[in-house]
Amino acid sequence: MGAEQNYNMRVVRWFALMTVVWGLIGMLVGLLIAGQLAWPVLNFDIPWLSYGRLRPLHTNAVIFAFGGCALMGSALYIVQRTCKVALFSDRLASFVFWGWQLVIVSAVITLPMGLTSSKEYAELEWPIDILIALVWVAFGVVFFGTIARRTVQHIYVANWFFGSLIIGVALLHIVNSLALPVSAFKSYSLYAGSADAMVQWWYGHNAVGFFLTAGFLGIMYYFVPKQAERPVYSYRLSVVHFWTLIAIYVWAGPHHLHYTSLPDWLQSVAMVMSLILLAPSWGGMINGIMTLSGAWDKLRTDPILKFLIVSLSFYGMSTFEGPMMSIKTINALSHNTDWTVGHVHSGALGWVAMVSMGAMYHLIPILYGRKQGQMYSIKLINLHFWLATLGTVIYIASMWVNGLMQGLMWRATSIDGTLTYSFQESVEASFPGYVVRFIGGAIFFIGMCVMAYNVYMTSRGLSRDELAAPAIPRLDPAGANP
Amino acid sequence: MTMSNTWHWYVLLGTLISLIAIMWLLFANRTTSGEKTTGHEWDGIEELDNPLPLWWVGLFVGSVIYGLVYLIWYPGLGDLAGIGEWTSTGQLKEITEQHDARFAPLYAELASLDVEAMAEDRRARQVGRRLFLNNCSICHGLNGQGLSGFPNLADDEWIWGRRLDEIKASIRNGRSAAMPAWETVIKDKGVSEVTQYVLSLSGRVHDEDMASRGSNIFSTMCAACHGAQGKGIAALGGPDLSNDIWLYGGDSQNIAESIRKGRNGQMPAQLGKLGEDRITILAGYLVNLSQ
Repeated sequence: MGAEQNYNMRVVRWFALMTVVWGLIGMLVGLLIAGQLAWPVLNFDIPWLSYGRLRPLHTNAVIFAFGGCALMGSALYIVQRTCKVALFSDRLASFVFWGWQLVIVSAVITLPMGLTSSKEYAELEWPIDILIALVWVAFGVVFFGTIARRTVQHIYVANWFFGSLIIGVALLHIVNSLALPVSAFKSYSLYAGSADAMVQWWYGHNAVGFFLTAGFLGIMYYFVPKQAERPVYSYRLSVVHFWTLIAIYVWAGPHHLHYTSLPDWLQSVAMVMSLILLAPSWGGMINGIMTLSGAWDKLRTDPILKFLIVSLSFYGMSTFEGPMMSIKTINALSHNTDWTVGHVHSGALGWVAMVSMGAMYHLIPILYGRKQGQMYSIKLINLHFWLATLGTVIYIASMWVNGLMQGLMWRATSIDGTLTYSFQESVEASFPGYVVRFIGGAIFFIGMCVMAYNVYMTSRGLSRDELAAPAIPRLDPAGANP
Repeated sequence: MTMSNTWHWYVLLGTLISLIAIMWLLFANRTTSGEKTTGHEWDGIEELDNPLPLWWVGLFVGSVIYGLVYLIWYPGLGDLAGIGEWTSTGQLKEITEQHDARFAPLYAELASLDVEAMAEDRRARQVGRRLFLNNCSICHGLNGQGLSGFPNLADDEWIWGRRLDEIKASIRNGRSAAMPAWETVIKDKGVSEVTQYVLSLSGRVHDEDMASRGSNIFSTMCAACHGAQGKGIAALGGPDLSNDIWLYGGDSQNIAESIRKGRNGQMPAQLGKLGEDRITILAGYLVNLSQ
């Protein structure tokens, strides 16, 4: 294992730390805007604190800053360990880190200023878009360069997913962001009308598919078997679900545009492909959860494994919910309601955030030269796990209730053929749900604070419950579990 | 929506080949090597060679079969219309016709009432109220009380006229309430003077000298729409400036802003959406609301 000494763990550690930092910031902004929807006074009549400007900041910060750092850090860690070779270029890897942080800081500055291309999840203006493209291509060069230099014959499945993430997102970002600049901070999309909407949601949905699904499945495929110390359940399943997932996902975007001026055939194909997507999506969940066969008892004692396995459960749930919501008759009820927001967050909080947290708890002690599992406090990881789970459940339940209620109120008709409710009445009726959602988000955010504290103490080389609770089964050399 | 022949075949074949390819991949992987693991190892991770779960294969195949049936029935395979001959525009037309056939007699009956009878008729009041909530309340408020820039419909001030036919015209065709910007014509000084004059019209504290100079500017620039005495001209939509009702705010700052930058109120036309009868019921409701 001579290669191990040369692994570049420094850039991985930077990314891991920034995952926690951006997680805190992104979720805090999310909490504020959740509060604003319940109590508009929290806009404070200050333009740069208003909901319209902070909402894109929240989505960019949690997806691309928190999620992006978790993805890039994990990818660069996993590719070295599973290829048994150091990174292709340390300088380029540093450029990827600093370049990505620059992108995020630019977002933090320009979005509250109101500078936006107005494309959802692609709000950043053209100079930042160009920087993103450069950093992303550099990330690709480091990653594929490392794969090319590998000293093992086969490429591990996690790396297939990271590879598809890099190629997929490069394609999506560049095509969707094509625009004509009119000044340094303003540009207009190259596309118009329905075509613009189509390109936007081809991008928007596949940002979910390649960034938030494929990328995090890559994380799952390394950290679940590693943490469970069990082999991956089925190689065949990983082959079939990988190729079908990336082949089918790119068709599904137009389901965001059901019942619009988009041609009927596109809506039909999008709905069909979204339904077919259920099986490939579940392939990853089955492979992850079944990897635990023969080691189910570890779930009782290992909170990191709890994070990983519960994240897969939320993944399975939201990838079931997604295809259902793409059915046109169901979409007619759910579209534009809070149900969509709940669906997104069952994926974002339950899957993406929780699998990242599990991965970071596995990774951070190792990056600080400790053994696997030696965080400052295992009990605090357990506390964080319960806060995160509870927060997620409260959040999505409140949005289900609100979404169904809004959908039903909007379509209710009186005996004279008029709508029973005005839009404002549905907003008023949503207030309790917004308060409950705020509470769920607050609990989730408190969990993130617990994690930040735990990571900080770990980074200082401290350890809390080692003496009080020495028998963490995973560390027990005999593997005995009382 | 039709597409060119090339695109038709591109979409048709692309869709079918994708579905065939994923089914091929599924069936090509249904047998395993019979070994326990694949023999590979990465950083301590091994892979078992378990077969694909049968229920999962069933789910996958089932969803593809459902998808094919759907695409044959509905438009989806390139330019083919689908054997069900469904279109979204067709569905909308059908639903709209059903709706109209069911409710048109009720609307026609209520629209035939005169304004006083509408006030007496409980159904007319309720239908009018709901039509208002559905179509007007976003801008004019739940109780018609208005918002800055959106007229109050619950008081007895009517910028475009108070008669039923005038209100119907406002709803049917919309209104474009454009007040031009005067800052380049009368400059800052002129804006201040006219502001003082406008304050004087509603009998409020003002600077006499400036107001008398403003009065001259008013009679040349403003009277054409607002009337010589500033009492407004309903036919032109020029608001009355002599009372205490102010669409864009009535303090000196807001008045000066209106003069300086102009205003551009837009009420959208509703005829295509609501039709004559519902507009009549709505107008009757508003006449009664403002009394």
